Amino acid sequence: MSQAPPPFQAFLDDHREVVWRFLLASVGRTDADDCFQETFIAALRAYPQLSGRRREHNLRAWVLTIAQRKALDAHRARARRATPVADPAQVSQMTTPAAGDGRDEALWQAVEELPERQRSAVVLRFVGDLAHREIGMAIGCSEEAARRSLHEGLSKLRKVVPA
Amino acid sequence: MNVDFFEDEDSTVRALRRSATARRDESAEAARGLAERAAREELLDVAYATVDSPFGPLLAASTPRGLVRLAFPEESEEEVLERLARRLSPRIMRAPARLQAVARELDEYFSGRRHAFETELDWTLIGPFGRKVLGVAAAIPYGSVLSYQEVAGEAGSPRGSRAAGNALGSNPIPIVIPCHRVLRTGGNLGGYGGGLPRKRWLLELEGALAPELS
Repeated sequence: MSQAPPPFQAFLDDHREVVWRFLLASVGRTDADDCFQETFIAALRAYPQLSGRRREHNLRAWVLTIAQRKALDAHRARARRATPVADPAQVSQMTTPAAGDGRDEALWQAVEELPERQRSAVVLRFVGDLAHREIGMAIGCSEEAARRSLHEGLSKLRKVVPA
Repeated sequence: MNVDFFEDEDSTVRALRRSATARRDESAEAARGLAERAAREELLDVAYATVDSPFGPLLAASTPRGLVRLAFPEESEEEVLERLARRLSPRIMRAPARLQAVARELDEYFSGRRHAFETELDWTLIGPFGRKVLGVAAAIPYGSVLSYQEVAGEAGSPRGSRAAGNALGSNPIPIVIPCHRVLRTGGNLGGYGGGLPRKRWLLELEGALAPELS
C-alpha cells in the first residue's frame, strides 16, 4: 500500500537546518538563501510522488541531492557572470560562508576552489553527513568514485589546514 | 588504501565539521516566504495556522477552495496534519497569511460582532450524507436551534436522527459549520465533538440558551 509522505511542513522543519548549512558551505552566504528556496520549491514539486515509506534518513539524502544540484547551478551561474573584480576583499566576502575566524575562511576558500565533484563530496560528507553510497547517488557516480573524490578533496584541504 | 583512515578526525575534518555547525542556524529566516511562494506557484495544497479563541488555539487549515478543517486544541496538531496529508495532499505548510480572513472572522464571531461566516468552505472531507446533514446545519441562523430529528428530516432521512447525530459529531469544520445549533428534542443539549461545555458556551454566546446559573 502506498502511503503519503509526512506533511511537507514537518519535512521542512526536520531538514531545513542541514540543507541551509550544506548550501552555506557549498555556495556561500550570498547565494545560500536563493538556493535554499529553490531546493525546497523543487522538493515540494516532487513531494506527492515520494513514497511515505522512505525513512527519515532517506528523506535527508533526497533533499540534499536536490540542494546539491541547486548548488551546482549557482556555481555555474557564478562562473558565467564572473568578471575581474578590483577589490579582493569583496570577493572573499562574497564567496566564503564563514565570517568566523581567519582559519575557517581559508578553509572554506579552499573548499570553494576544489573541482566540482570533490567539493560536492566533501560538503555532502562533512556538512550533510551522508554515507559514501548516498554521496555517489547525489552527485551521480559510483560509491567508489565518491570515495575517491572525497579523498582527493580532503588531501588538498589538508595542505591548507596546518595539522 | 584504507579510505576510512583519510576521514580520521584530523584537524582538517574537525575544522570542516566544527565550522559547518558553528554558525547560527538561519534556516528559519531562509524559509521565510517559502509558503507564500509555494502558494503563488500553485504548489501549496493545504495552508494552516493556529488561531486564538476562547477555547485555546484552534488549528485552521485551508485549501485553495476554502476552509477545510478546524480542530480544537486537544486534538494533536501532528495527527490532524498527518490525516490531512493522507486524505488531501502532503503539500501542507504553515501559512498564517492564507488564514488571516478566517482568523478575523472567528475573532469577530467569538466577540459577538459577527453572526454569519463569509469565508469559503471546502467540503472535500465530508461524505455525501454528511454534506446533506451539515448543509442543513449550516443554514440554521445564528441564535436558533433545530433538533436532530428536524435536521435528519430536512436532510431527507426523517428516521435517521442517529445517523445525522453521527454526521454532526464528525463535522471537520465545527463552529463555522454550526453543528452546535442542533439539540435533542426537548432541549437537552445532546452531544458535541468539542465537548458539551463548549456547545453550551457557543449557544449562550449566540443567545440561544440562557446562561447557566452556577
